[in-house]
Amino acid sequence: MSDITLTIDGKSVCASPEMTILEAARTVGIKIPTLCWHEDLGSPSVCRVCVVEIEGQNTLQPACSYPVSQGMTVRTNTPRVRNARRMAIELLLAHHPDDCLSCQRNLKCELQQLAADFGIREIRFERVSRKIPRDESTPSLVRDADKCINCRRCIEACEKIQGVAVLSTVNRGFDSVVLPAFGDDLDSVVCVLCGQCTLACPTGAIVERDDTGRVWDALADPNMHVVVQTAPAIRASLGEELGLPAGSIVTGKLVAALRKIGFDRVFDTDFAADLTIMEEGHELLDRIQKGNAPLPLLTSCSPGWINFVERFYPDLLPHVSTCKSPQQMFGAVAKTYYAERADIDPARIFVVSIMPCTAKKYECQRPEMRSSGFQDVDAVLTTRELGRMIREIGIDFDSLPEEEYDAPMGISTGAGAIFGATGGVMEAALRTVYAVVTGRELSEDGLEFHDVRGLEGIKEAEVDLEGATVRVAIAHGLGNARKVMETIRTGEAPWQFVEIMCCPGGCVGGGGQPIGTVMSSRAERGQALYEVDREMPLRESHKNPAVLALYQEFLDWPLSERSHELLHTHYTPKKS
Amino acid sequence: MLKMRGPVGPEGSGVVCECDDVFLTEVQRVVSVYKERPEDLVQALHDVQSLRNYLPREALRVVARTLDVPESRVYGVATFYSMFSTSPRGRHIIRICESAPCHVAGAAEIINSLLNELGVEMGGTTSDGIFTVETSSCLGVCGVAPAIMIDDTVYGNLVSEDLPAVLRRYR
Amino acid sequence: MEFYRAHVLVCGGFPCVAAGCRAVRGEIERSVKEHGLEREVRIVETGCLGPCDLGPIVVVYPEGTVYSRVSVDDVSEIVGEHLMKGRPVRRLEYTERLPSVSQADHKRPDYFGIQERIVLENVGLIDPDSIEEYIARDGYLGAGMALTSMSPDEVISAIKASGLRGRGGAAFPTGVKLGFTARVEADQKYIICNADEGEPGTFKDRLILEGDPHKVIEGMIILGYSVGATMGYIYIRGEYYLSIERIERAIAEARRYGLLGHDLFGSGFSFDIEVKKGAGAYVCGEETALIESMEGKRGEPRQKPPYPGTCGLWGKPTVVNNVETIANVPPIVRNGADWFRQFGTPTSPGTKVYTLTGDVNNKGLIEVPMGITLREVIYGVGGGIPGGRRFKMAQTGGTAGGCLSETHLDIPMDYESLQETGSALGSGALLIIDDSHCVVDIACALLRFFEHESCGQCTPCREGTRRLHDIFRKTRELAATEKDLKLARELAGVMQASSLCALGQSVAVPLFTIMDHYADEIEAHLEGRCPAGVCRPNPANADESAYETLQAGNGIR
Ligand SMILES: Cc1cc2nc3c(=O)[nH]c(=O)nc-3n(C[C@H](O)[C@H](O)[C@H](O)COP(=O)(O)O)c2cc1C
Ligand code: SF4
Ligand code: SF4
Ligand code: SF4
Ligand code: FES
Repeated sequence: MSDITLTIDGKSVCASPEMTILEAARTVGIKIPTLCWHEDLGSPSVCRVCVVEIEGQNTLQPACSYPVSQGMTVRTNTPRVRNARRMAIELLLAHHPDDCLSCQRNLKCELQQLAADFGIREIRFERVSRKIPRDESTPSLVRDADKCINCRRCIEACEKIQGVAVLSTVNRGFDSVVLPAFGDDLDSVVCVLCGQCTLACPTGAIVERDDTGRVWDALADPNMHVVVQTAPAIRASLGEELGLPAGSIVTGKLVAALRKIGFDRVFDTDFAADLTIMEEGHELLDRIQKGNAPLPLLTSCSPGWINFVERFYPDLLPHVSTCKSPQQMFGAVAKTYYAERADIDPARIFVVSIMPCTAKKYECQRPEMRSSGFQDVDAVLTTRELGRMIREIGIDFDSLPEEEYDAPMGISTGAGAIFGATGGVMEAALRTVYAVVTGRELSEDGLEFHDVRGLEGIKEAEVDLEGATVRVAIAHGLGNARKVMETIRTGEAPWQFVEIMCCPGGCVGGGGQPIGTVMSSRAERGQALYEVDREMPLRESHKNPAVLALYQEFLDWPLSERSHELLHTHYTPKKS
Repeated sequence: MLKMRGPVGPEGSGVVCECDDVFLTEVQRVVSVYKERPEDLVQALHDVQSLRNYLPREALRVVARTLDVPESRVYGVATFYSMFSTSPRGRHIIRICESAPCHVAGAAEIINSLLNELGVEMGGTTSDGIFTVETSSCLGVCGVAPAIMIDDTVYGNLVSEDLPAVLRRYR
Repeated sequence: MEFYRAHVLVCGGFPCVAAGCRAVRGEIERSVKEHGLEREVRIVETGCLGPCDLGPIVVVYPEGTVYSRVSVDDVSEIVGEHLMKGRPVRRLEYTERLPSVSQADHKRPDYFGIQERIVLENVGLIDPDSIEEYIARDGYLGAGMALTSMSPDEVISAIKASGLRGRGGAAFPTGVKLGFTARVEADQKYIICNADEGEPGTFKDRLILEGDPHKVIEGMIILGYSVGATMGYIYIRGEYYLSIERIERAIAEARRYGLLGHDLFGSGFSFDIEVKKGAGAYVCGEETALIESMEGKRGEPRQKPPYPGTCGLWGKPTVVNNVETIANVPPIVRNGADWFRQFGTPTSPGTKVYTLTGDVNNKGLIEVPMGITLREVIYGVGGGIPGGRRFKMAQTGGTAGGCLSETHLDIPMDYESLQETGSALGSGALLIIDDSHCVVDIACALLRFFEHESCGQCTPCREGTRRLHDIFRKTRELAATEKDLKLARELAGVMQASSLCALGQSVAVPLFTIMDHYADEIEAHLEGRCPAGVCRPNPANADESAYETLQAGNGIR
């Protein structure tokens, strides 16, 4: 449609007709404050912090949802506008605890930022607390409904993006608050612990459970051999947590920082990702060739996704790969193979994972995840928690010299790196499956399967394996996963292999990623991972020398009895 | 299946929820006409509530499953409307209008007398489980204010002395 | 129709049911039978006859004698004397305050002097359960005319020309609204009759629905035809048990007569109606909240635009109109716009149904032309203020309406004039308050209502209604300061400017008018005095504790 012109604060602005006033104003450098609006989650239009004056309208209107129109005159800076905005903020503060200083979101809270920007110095109303106890029922998340400001962003994230719908506004009027059904705790509802709500929340009402204390304790314990693994996506997102631009690749600095913090060995989950491809690729071929289990095969590396299938599609669990996630394969191998080789009592090994994910905190303590005889992974820290540890000890991250991962479990290929982006597991698997099936090597160009990349919700592709074609699909965000699962349930799904990532964008958009994660930052992080891949000397999992050695020395071959014992698992239907 | 003793009403109220199989079957029967019709949630809740005068949790679960609505939303809706209650109530609901026209006509006095007569607080249920007293917005009978509504019957032009006789009809 | 020598009308309006008319009716039936009169006398339960506080009311035709406050014990005398011997029972007859409901012709000038009945033309006169009686009084004639001899555009033009404005509160010109929706292309459109009527002090819609349900059905058919909607819904308060029953019966009757369903009047136009119940939320009267509720959600208003006229129920163009607005439509179509314009004022044509409550002698339902003064209503139709007390304040338009003081008694009651006083005609509620009341206490009652009914969606209203109520409670306890009241004013101003829907926006209307017109009285509270002697420093008064418990009851866990 053709552009229209309107006037904002005396400036003539050209805008397209589907824009809101907020968007039009941003094109000319007027940043209207917002709170309930979120660039990926839309405008519930409820906080009224973004109100502006529109000529000809009696009342102020929310810029975040009000459409522009030809000839409209908007004023964003009038006493009436400022008063209304200030009052909204003051009212919210009066119904919010006064704990900023000890809040997990201190300095990363949009409400606090607004209070600072508006210079709110006095709250003229009595502070009122909801007196709802904090929900610490899950290993992943902590919900403090007292801090909720009813912006509803989490509801949108959970229901529209994730299709889980754990949260709803309950009660009416002043008593309104966002809670799970029946006011229950998260552990007794259908929450999959993905943490997308923690990214959506502007305040500290839903945060990751902080496990940094346990990790500091382990590091301080001289008897403990503390090893750390870093998920593929961390190298593309930790920089942002520490103030660098979105998509900065910080692999070497990440390793250096972890050594500074005091980890005894710095390993890479990318190694375990390569291992996963070996197992899962062979599982796929097995299913296709032997027909011993249903197709399509569904990937299993995303624990939020596993929680989702167990709750919503228990009937389709046989489709899910029996492979553990890379984090858990790593833990199982670390406390067996590595312990043996390094000659350390596995009881003394403490495995820490740096993950983009809150669901991993839950995964690591599932009873199935103890195949080494111990809890395979002892603690999971999100990108945000690692960021805090780095800041706490005053590491000047940006000026750190780059360092290398430790061998052997720090050796990896480009295929492992792209696990962190949606479509990455698929692409990594295809590289290896191609080689196994055809017995031939892919060219440099042929390695890149562009059809499976990108942020489209559901992607489909056909891959020619010299005669045989494999039809695949990729979905990210559980809302999209739901659509795929409904198709599979009908029995009409045309695919043999389907990759599903719980979080939008894949792990680069995980629920443990830096506050402020939006679709565009997910895209940049994904690009960064593909760049990491391109720079790697080895780009196919089956070429990872450390993985090959692991098979030779310890596991024998993919899907061997020992791999089954250590690297595979089973699932349990959960009540939904 | 399990026989649940659900939440007990306000202390000493004598109201106990028994979400037994029979009840849940009844709920299932009542809501089956709304199968996979999320838009009929409010109507379905009316029907379910008419069984026990409130909406027990297990019943809400049945509603969620049958209408294909997330439990969270069912609960959000059930707590929004003032005619719905998620905690047990007495056999008869007494609604008292406290809006300005009734206020002007002396509702406060009637409320006082009523609560005294029943020995409960506003929102409470009598110990024999017969009455629950709730305030309500305008009942649309301001012409005969002050008024109370017991279930679907309105008593208007009330003075405190009328109350015992009115209440006796329900005991 | 069979012929009866006499008709006995027993008011079956909800307030009269409350006053005990059912028992009286039963007794009349018994007594008529006992006297062997069942073939000569027909007993009809009608809709509201108007003066509710005089119920139960019994009217005997053909004489048109009105008996008020009839008790079961009076029945044998009425039957024995009046029906048997033709001698009206003077003792029970109501003459003074209600000169002539007894006149079957409601247009007679001596009926309430100033009443004019368009909307209520049948209410109280016909058996609402009888479609035949409605038809006998030109019922469905308007729909027949519209569907068979007018184009949709002509219907809309007629409504536009009549100058009819919405009676639900916002007073938007109905014809213009229909025009918007008629122009939108869509595979499906809807008509919604807004019968949520939650405005305190308003019960006109219920009495229209109970007294003349077919008129609402007919109006909806005409509206549907005019915009091309084939489906209509009546969203009705869940507490209105009797109205729901009556309207559902009426819909079934209309279907049976082929007046709803396929191919009405052989015009090829099809239309049907379904009833949806609310569940206790004032805000669901707001048209977009109503739509959300109909979609099975929390009744939270939507941010506009888009307006329902283009994007309403299920995203389809939807016309939402008030019951009274819709009830005006059949007479307009039947009699023409010019006929309608002879009532009321040029900018506010027609009549308005008011519900008169509070400190007046005659509480109840009246229909008068637009533009009559408050004084005429209170001291004419209303019969003055009881107990020889003085008029202090009138609130027009319900809780969200403004408050008028003595100086406004001679202002004409129409949309424009009231707007100038900062008030509004709103839904037609008229609450009369005498000098025994304190305005601060009244303000508390109003604010309590808003706090309870705020949907809780947007910040200014969710938080603000509670804070305003707090400040006025403090004032009532004689503990507030000037600073508090200044804050209240600032807050109410922000709520008016930036709340999402008209509920939050309109809190300021009563509050500012009270604060402006009764500044001295409020001031006195800051000095520890309540001139009316109502407010006390002790906070533990009855309605307070009632309220607190309610809040606690609403809490979670
Ligand atoms: C809080 C609130 C409550 C309302 N309640 C009602 C109501 O009970 N009945 C009604 O007809 N309109 C009500 N309205 C007005 C409706 O939104 C809408 O304007 C009206 O139904 C349109 O019909 P009309 O044009 O016939 O007046 C309410 C508006 C608000 C903001
Ligand atoms: S963690 Fe995920 S599933 Fe759980 S409430 Fe948050 S968004 Fe919903
Ligand atoms: S929990 Fe956070 S995101 Fe959810 S409504 Fe409350 S403040 Fe908003
Ligand atoms: S103004 Fe009040 S009722 Fe309207 S949307 Fe806001 S909170 Fe809800
Ligand atoms: S950001 Fe626009 S209303 Fe909240």
